[in-house]
Amino acid sequence: MSAIRLNPSRAPGKPSVGPLEQAVAAASEVLLGKERAVRLAVACILADGHLLIEDVPGVGKTTLAQVLGAVLGLSMRRIQFTSDLLPADIVGVSIYDRDTGAFRFNPGPVFAQLVLADEVNRATPKTQSALLEAMEERQVTQDGESRRLPEPFFVIATQNPTHQIGTFPLPESQLDRFLMRLELGYPDRAAERALLRGRDRRELLADLAPRVTVDALRALQQEVPGVGVSEALLDYVQAIIEHTRNAVGLREGLSPRGGLALLRAAKAWALLHGRDHVVPEDVQAVLPSVVGHRLHPIDEHGPRIDSASVARLIERVPIP
Amino acid sequence: MIGRLRRARRPRPAPGPAWQPTVERLAWLVGSLALVLVPHLGRVPLWAILGFALLAGWRLLAAERGRGAPSRWMVGLVSAGLLAAVFLRFGTLLGRDAGVTMLVVLAGMKLLETRGSRDAYIALFLGYFLVVTNFLYSQSIVTGLYMLVVTLVMTATLVGIAAPPGTLAVRPRLRLAAVMLLQATPIAVLLFVLVPRLPGPLWGLPKDAFGATSGLDETMSPGNITQLSLSDEVAFRVTFEGGRRPPPSELYWRGPVLWTTDGRTWGPGAVDRSPRPPAIERNGAPVDYVVTLEPHQRRWLFALDLPATVPADALISDDLQVRSVRPVRERMLYRMRSYPDARDLRLGPLQRASALELPAGAHPRTRALALQWRTETADERALVERALAYFRDEPFFYTLQPPLLEGDTVDAFLFETRRGFCEYFSAAFAVLMRAAGIPTRVVTGYQGGEYNPLGDYLIVRSRDAHAWAEVWLEGEGWVRIDPTAAVSPSRIEMGVDAAIPQRLGRAALALEPSEPVQRMWRNLRHAWDAMSTSWNRWVLGYGPATQRLLLGRLGLDADDYLAVGAVLVGAIGSVMLTIALVGFRRRRPSDAARALYDRLCARLARDGLVRAPSEGPTDFARRVARDRPALAEPVAAATRAYVALRYGFGGDLATLEREVARAMRG
Repeated sequence: MSAIRLNPSRAPGKPSVGPLEQAVAAASEVLLGKERAVRLAVACILADGHLLIEDVPGVGKTTLAQVLGAVLGLSMRRIQFTSDLLPADIVGVSIYDRDTGAFRFNPGPVFAQLVLADEVNRATPKTQSALLEAMEERQVTQDGESRRLPEPFFVIATQNPTHQIGTFPLPESQLDRFLMRLELGYPDRAAERALLRGRDRRELLADLAPRVTVDALRALQQEVPGVGVSEALLDYVQAIIEHTRNAVGLREGLSPRGGLALLRAAKAWALLHGRDHVVPEDVQAVLPSVVGHRLHPIDEHGPRIDSASVARLIERVPIP
Repeated sequence: MIGRLRRARRPRPAPGPAWQPTVERLAWLVGSLALVLVPHLGRVPLWAILGFALLAGWRLLAAERGRGAPSRWMVGLVSAGLLAAVFLRFGTLLGRDAGVTMLVVLAGMKLLETRGSRDAYIALFLGYFLVVTNFLYSQSIVTGLYMLVVTLVMTATLVGIAAPPGTLAVRPRLRLAAVMLLQATPIAVLLFVLVPRLPGPLWGLPKDAFGATSGLDETMSPGNITQLSLSDEVAFRVTFEGGRRPPPSELYWRGPVLWTTDGRTWGPGAVDRSPRPPAIERNGAPVDYVVTLEPHQRRWLFALDLPATVPADALISDDLQVRSVRPVRERMLYRMRSYPDARDLRLGPLQRASALELPAGAHPRTRALALQWRTETADERALVERALAYFRDEPFFYTLQPPLLEGDTVDAFLFETRRGFCEYFSAAFAVLMRAAGIPTRVVTGYQGGEYNPLGDYLIVRSRDAHAWAEVWLEGEGWVRIDPTAAVSPSRIEMGVDAAIPQRLGRAALALEPSEPVQRMWRNLRHAWDAMSTSWNRWVLGYGPATQRLLLGRLGLDADDYLAVGAVLVGAIGSVMLTIALVGFRRRRPSDAARALYDRLCARLARDGLVRAPSEGPTDFARRVARDRPALAEPVAAATRAYVALRYGFGGDLATLEREVARAMRG
C-alpha cells in the first residue's frame, strides 16, 4: 500500500480484518511470491465460496491448501482423488456395530472445516459429484439421513490441467460451484531462488500457528453480504456482464449466477482491504479468478480464458 | 438499450490503437454494398457490377494478405478508366442509369482505397445512397422490405466500423442497429407526413415510366376484348365509400365510347370535352368511390355508369367518357361520384346522325332483318326487346374461342357462327339497332370485378373487360342494353369465370386444383393485394392532395409552410427529447460526482496523465502519485471524496468540489 491513504477504513466497532491480514502475511512467507494468490484464496473463504486451484504438478497447490488451513486454524482433511475412489470414501459409510446391534455412521473425510480434494479430476465423475453435492448443499445424505457438515465448510480442490492423460475434466456445470479458480504459476526468479535456498516448506508448515479464530472468521464471513454496493458499481458489473455476452469469441456470456459470484467475491475483496463498499478495482481484482472458469472460448482448441485475456476484457469495458 | 447507444457513441478519450481496415470490417462493408447492389443486377451494365466485385475482391484479398490499400496512383488510374467506361457507355454521367452505374463503380473504388475510418464511412454513405437509387426503379412493398433489411445491415456495419474490433458480436451489432433505426422511425414518419409533397410522383422520371400499354384499346374489333380476357393483370381497384356497394349487375365501368364503324372495327366519334360535371339528370342515390388506376399509357379513366363528377386534371365528354389531361403513366388515384339511376338526355342532331351511321352496303342480311322488325314493330322499346329475344332464343353461345368470321363479320356472326365474346354481341346489336333507325353507340370498359373482403375493395382485371351498347329511346334518353347479358346472364351476375368455366389457361394446364386449395390461394392473393393496395394508396399515393386532406384533418393548412414547419420542428424535437429522457432517466446524484471527477481527469490528461476508460479511480490516483509526486496528495484527497460519493455511502458534493478545485489548481 502506498503511504498516501486512498481508502477510508471501515467504521469502528465492526469485526477487524487485521487477523486476516496477518494470516495472509504468514502464509506468504511460506508460499514465496504468491501473496496475491493467497489473498484471493482468503477472499474466497471470506465469501464462503469454494476454491479450485488448477496448475501443473509441483507449483505448490497442495501447500497453499495446507498453509491456509494452518493459518486460519481450520480442521483440515485431505482426500487424494484417484480413479478408484468411491463416493463412500468421501462422505463416509455406515457400519454394523455388533455391540449395539445398530448401524453406526463413520463420517468420511468430507466432515472437516477445510477439505483438500487433491487432483479432483483423477476420480470418476460419480465420485466427483459426491463431493460437489456436499459442497453445494453443505450436508451429506447417507442411508436417508442428512448430516450437516461443519461450519465453516470450505473445499479447496486442486486439479491438473485437463489435457493430461487419465483425467476426467469437471463438467462446466460443476465448475460453476467453485467461486474462484486460481492458477499459481511458476514463482518468479527471486522467489525461486529463496525457495531453493530456504528450509523445507513442510517444516515451515509445521511451525505455522493459527492467526485467526474460527469464530472471528465466521463473524467476518457474515459481514460480507453487508458490504455496500452503489448503483454506479452495479452499472460497472452489468457492463462487464453485458460485454461478456456480446463479445466476439466467447461461446456464451456470464450467467446470472456468475454475475452474483462476481459481486460476492468483490465484496469479500473489499472487506479484506478494510472497506465497507466495493470499488471498481475490487471487481477488477477478483475478475480473472471468478470468470476464468465460467467463460469458454468458441474455439475449443484455442487458448483458454486466462488472466491475460480477462485483463483485455477489463480494458475494453469503460468504468461507467 | 439507450444506455448502450450512448456508450457506443461516446468518443473514447484514450487514444487507442489507430483504426485499422481489418478483414472483418471490410467484409461487412463489401457485404452490405453487395446486398444493396443485388436488385441492380440487370438494371446497370453487368461490367459495372463485375467491376465492383473485382475492386471489392481486390481490396479484401489485399487485407487478407496483410497488405494495405493499393497505391493512390493505381486507384487513380482505375478510377479514370472506369469513369471513362461509364461515360462511353451512356454519353453522360447524369441521369438515372448513368448515375447509378457511376455510383456502383464509385462504391467499388472507395472500397479499394479504404485506409482509414473516414474512407469506410464514405463507402457506407455511398451504400445508403444506393439504397435510395433502388427506389428509382421499383417502389413495391418487396423492394421496401428488402431495402429495410439492407439498411439494417448497413447500420450494423456502421456500428462495426465505429466499435473497437472484437467488442461486438454479430447479434448485438444488429440489435444496436435495429434500435437506432427504431429510434429514427418516428422522425422519418414525421418528415414523410409533414414535409410538403412535390406534385407528381418523385420517382417517376418521364423517360423511364413508359411501360407497355395494356388494357382496353381505343377501337374495338372482333377478338380484341377476347384477347384481354386471358389476362389477370389488374386494371384498377375501387374502394367504395359511404357503405354503398352496388350489386354486380350494376358494375359497368365506363371506358371509351365508340360511335363510328367501318363494318368490322368500331372507333371513337367526334365529341366535345369539358372539365365541368356533365349535365345528366341525377336520380336515386349516388355512389362514392375512389379508383386506383394502374398505369395503362392511355388517357381514359374509368367511372361507374353514370359519372357525375370530374377528377382534377381530367375532362368529361358529351358521351360521358372521363379522360385525363395527360396519359396515365403512373398509378393514379381519383375520387368519383356516380348515379347508377341517372339519365343522359342529350342528343344533338350531329350526334343523332353519327349514331345512325352504317357503312354503305355492309351487312345486307342484318339490315334486312332489322327492316323486317321495323315494319312489324313500331315501338322502339319493343324493337330492342325483340333483338334481345333474338339473341336469347336463337342458339347463340358466349365463348372465348369464337370461330373465324369470314366475309361480312356482322352477318356471319348473326346468321352463321353465332358464337362470340361480348364485342361480337355488342357490335351486332348496335348494327341491328342502327339499321332499324334507333341511335346506338357502343361502350367499352369493364364489367364486374372481384371483391376483396380483406381490404374491402373491388379489383377489376383485364379479363373483366366488356363491351355493351347504349340506345337512344325517346323520352328515356340513352339506355344501356347489354346483349351479352341476354345470352349469358351469369357473365354479368357472377363474372367471366363463372360464365366460361374452362378458360384457356386452366384448360391447357388440365389440372384443376381442389376446392380448399383454390380457396386458400384466393385468400392469399386477396391478402397480398389488399396489402399492396394500402401501400400504393397511403405510402406511394401520399401526394399533395392526400397531404392537404390529412393535414386539414389535423387542423393544419398545408400551404402555411411556417405552421407546418413549426409543427415539424416541434414534433421532431419532442421525439428526440423523449428518447433522450428515457436514456438519461438513469442519471443519479452520484453522476454529478462523476462530472466533477471527469473534469479533474480532463485537467490531468492535459498534463499527460490520461486515465484509461477502464482504469479505476484509486488505481489512477496511485499512478498519479507515482508519476507526479507533487500532485499525489491533492489528487488522492479528491479521489477519496469521489469514491466515497460514487461507490461508498458517505461524503458530500461540496467536499468533492473543493478537493477537485484544489487538485486542479495544483
